[in-house]
Amino acid sequence: MAVDTQTVEKLAELARIAISTETIEEVSTRLGDVLQLVDQLQAVSTEGVAPMAHPLDEEQVLRADEVSEPNRREEFLQLAPQSEEGLYLVPKVID
Amino acid sequence: MEWEIVIGLEVHVQLATKSKLFSGASTQFGAAPNTQACAIDLAMPGTLPVPNEEAFRFAAMFGLAMNAEIGRRSVFERKNYFYPDLPKGYQTTQLAEPIVGPGEIEIHLEDGSSKTVRLHHAHLEEDAGKSLHEDFHGMSGIDLNRAGTPLIEIVSEPDMRSAAEAVAYLKKIHSIVTYLGISDGDMSQGSMRCDANVSVRLKGEEKLGTRTELKNINSFRFVERAIKVEAERQIDILEDGGSIVQETRLYDADKNETRSMRSKEVANDYRYFPCPDLLPVVLTDDYVEKLRTELPELPDAKAARFRDEYKLSAYDADLLTQERASADYFETAAKKSGEAKLAANWMTGELAALLNREELSIEQSPVSAEQLAGLILRIKDNTISSKIAKQVFDAMAKGEGDADQVIEKRGLKQVSDTGAIEKMVDDVIAANAAQVENYRSADEAKRPKMMGFFVGQIMKASKGQGNPQLINKILKEKLDALL
Amino acid sequence: MHQLTIAEIIRGLRDKQFSSVEITRHLLDRIQQLDGNYNSFITVTEELALAQATAADERLARGEAPPLCGVPIAHKDIFCTSGVRTSCGSKMLDNFVPPYDATVVENFNRAGAVTLGKTNMDEFAMGSSNETSYYGPVKNPWDTDCVPGGSSGGSAAAVAAQLAPGTTATDTGGSIRQPAALTNTTGLKPTYGRVSRWGMIAFASSLDQAGPIARNAEDAAYMLSVMAGHDAKDSTSLNRPLQDYTLNLNDSIAGLKIGVPKEYFGEGLNADTAARVQDALQEFEKLGAELVEVSLPHTGLAVPAYYVIAPAEASANLSRFDGVRYGHRCEDPQDLRDLYMRSRGEGFGDEVQRRILVGTYALSAGYYDAYYNKAQQVRRLIKQDFVQAFDKVDVIMGPTSPSPAFALGAKSADPVAMYLEDIYTIATNLAGLPGMSLPCGLVNNMPVGLQIIGNYLDEARMLNVAHQYQQVTDWHQQYAGSASAA
Repeated sequence: MAVDTQTVEKLAELARIAISTETIEEVSTRLGDVLQLVDQLQAVSTEGVAPMAHPLDEEQVLRADEVSEPNRREEFLQLAPQSEEGLYLVPKVID
Repeated sequence: MEWEIVIGLEVHVQLATKSKLFSGASTQFGAAPNTQACAIDLAMPGTLPVPNEEAFRFAAMFGLAMNAEIGRRSVFERKNYFYPDLPKGYQTTQLAEPIVGPGEIEIHLEDGSSKTVRLHHAHLEEDAGKSLHEDFHGMSGIDLNRAGTPLIEIVSEPDMRSAAEAVAYLKKIHSIVTYLGISDGDMSQGSMRCDANVSVRLKGEEKLGTRTELKNINSFRFVERAIKVEAERQIDILEDGGSIVQETRLYDADKNETRSMRSKEVANDYRYFPCPDLLPVVLTDDYVEKLRTELPELPDAKAARFRDEYKLSAYDADLLTQERASADYFETAAKKSGEAKLAANWMTGELAALLNREELSIEQSPVSAEQLAGLILRIKDNTISSKIAKQVFDAMAKGEGDADQVIEKRGLKQVSDTGAIEKMVDDVIAANAAQVENYRSADEAKRPKMMGFFVGQIMKASKGQGNPQLINKILKEKLDALL
Repeated sequence: MHQLTIAEIIRGLRDKQFSSVEITRHLLDRIQQLDGNYNSFITVTEELALAQATAADERLARGEAPPLCGVPIAHKDIFCTSGVRTSCGSKMLDNFVPPYDATVVENFNRAGAVTLGKTNMDEFAMGSSNETSYYGPVKNPWDTDCVPGGSSGGSAAAVAAQLAPGTTATDTGGSIRQPAALTNTTGLKPTYGRVSRWGMIAFASSLDQAGPIARNAEDAAYMLSVMAGHDAKDSTSLNRPLQDYTLNLNDSIAGLKIGVPKEYFGEGLNADTAARVQDALQEFEKLGAELVEVSLPHTGLAVPAYYVIAPAEASANLSRFDGVRYGHRCEDPQDLRDLYMRSRGEGFGDEVQRRILVGTYALSAGYYDAYYNKAQQVRRLIKQDFVQAFDKVDVIMGPTSPSPAFALGAKSADPVAMYLEDIYTIATNLAGLPGMSLPCGLVNNMPVGLQIIGNYLDEARMLNVAHQYQQVTDWHQQYAGSASAA
């Protein structure tokens, strides 16, 4: 199944990945190859089969409502590319 | 043409858990930026979520209070989009299998009528952080303290037909969550936020009109105004032959208008899918039934009991039970004073006016329920008149102490000394010979009304402290003696 | 000293033949001398290793040391290590030094193991040849013109080159077993949930599972005993009793029923590889096991289902790498969109980008049912195949990989050809079953791996079966270079 470059652009926008115009053809072709592979799934009937999101049929164990995490702001902020006054900085957010 | 407004509300309520929905970081409001954002909240690589039991308990309690089905199996999904206040790049929420299924509640309108509003569902999800727009060299600052705070999103059916109904519904939700103690419901701090889906159609039309979504309206008053102004906008467009664009709009309270949020209009595709880091949460019948028996008395039941037990009017009962704190206040004052009706009157009268004036909640009331009861007791035993009581109340509000202390300190005790009152009556009769003459020559039927003048004069002379019953009695005796 | 197995090191430390500092020093020197040939390490933690070794020697001297105390190992660079750069093989995390440990790392630290460093890997564990690493490809110690397999290529190569007696690794679709097969090492992917995923950088959360790569089954048993266990910080972690996997190694396997799936010996399997695997099966018959033909009819759908599910989960898991709180950030972002687009465009390599795009596609409106939902349904069919097979047999055996190691660059331009490398390993991840690979022979002097698939939580039996085989064969004792040197 071929994937047109327009679709790739849309996906790249959703996934927020910049793809250069020089490589977009190549990316489209490769993506098409992969989708051709996964299209084999369409050959099998799965009527009435419940989808399986987890390999084991386990149930969630819930956590008691306790505050267990200390303030480690300075350690975490050290990892940030840009921060000031305890805040992470990003280009202006426009609502 | 007669138009009908159709409203559905999506209400986000922050749950009052101590820790976050998926981490052990504190949810306390007002901490310094990012001091309550742990590795999980910051979406540090390799970190994993573990859901908070209390959030499920709270959400299930809410469902039970809404007469809703409780999802015995609920599943978290990922809603994918990029935003700096959303560290993982997806919000963990529920979609196909929420914790609370369909239900319904009754709302009470100001005209005394009631109406049932259906609940579509309510689901658990995590809150996002905050973008601070102060200028940091042209950049925005991100505070992730709020990221991961548990929310329930409560989605109604489009059952409301006026802004007033929407407000009544919102107040009902507020009252239920605060009664249950699952949220502080504080709209000013964002603990409760509301999105409204608004459309209009010609009366009698079955098909719903194109709707717009009003985002993040943060007070009861604004909800009412925003819906009204948006409905008017839509009607104007339709009456001019135009059509409504389905979009997200923002209510501008300063200008009292709604405007399109074009920035949010970029076609989004949230790519929901079950969160593979979390397993289905299963609640047993036993668990749900136990919760049901543990539910506190809810507003409607309490109002019914107040009507029955305290003989309150339906109006007073509804008013006093809207907030759990005021219901508790009332019951304390009523029980301690033994005068439910008086307690209700004082609460809806003087106390309400005071709180309104000072912009205080009932929890912050400077006059406690016990103090109010003490005041009512003094009215009841004739220590003070109702008129003096208002003066005492104001003094209590200023922190001058209990009713007894104020009465004592200010010398407001009612004068019931017969000798003193007789003297005042004699003085007034002597000083007003003309009025006495009028009284004497008047028709017998007119005399009781004419007594009012003398009573007023005597009360004035007693600085309002004369016992009115005693004054009336002595005055009548003395005037009749002159006949 | 570098030829010692973990079991031998444990004895040597207790018999005071050498100290932990001595063997640690020796391996650090060896890494420095030789790893230029293999590129199996991204980071060598010399100071940390020597400090841990010193502490371990003190603990051993006090006579209160658990088995792995003082044993040098290395961690795949997907496990967060407090204070040590954890790159996940990506430019995105080239500067990332986590202030916390993965549970697996914590478990080894508590056991007193010594961390030699962090091993190379395919970027975000996406690859089957270790060629997608930002830090360059890993070379197969058996032939440095060949790939070591992936994504745990560094972990496998480090063991094969005798730079570490054992390493941690992760397996999402074969990333422990396939490199183990290609490097003549023994690797085990446990049952999903047996080992905590906390602090292990996620690729596909419902498939990822950590396990050991070592020289033999006994060593893998020692390592798994430390790694496995319930962790309340991982919601998908299984709450089952802890086990000492070394206890049952010497049990007889007479009467063992071995399922041989016919679908694992069909088209696409290298004939020589098939022959080595058949030899191994005959060896098991000699040990008293019985071979039973079984069918796993949906085998052919495992790769397609996997390449929907894994990219879908990855597309969301990797959204957190946005240049805001940590990791790579582009220069001078013009606006928020530009920050995201360029930081991610620059920080992620081609294969990672490709998988994110595939996953985004599979989850997007209009395609969810045809792709994601369909794949999850097929996943159940695949699991049911195994459940039915395990009604009849105790373990399943077959090849780990369709052919021995291929030349560097041979498949890097063709992702689909690369994906088919994992055709025999992927199904166990989809089903959540444990699988392992052990050496079973050479083809043109390149290793071949035998795969053992066990029933849920049956790791002890798998290790027992593998150990018994290794008592009567010496393929696992063939070391890279030993054949050519001989």
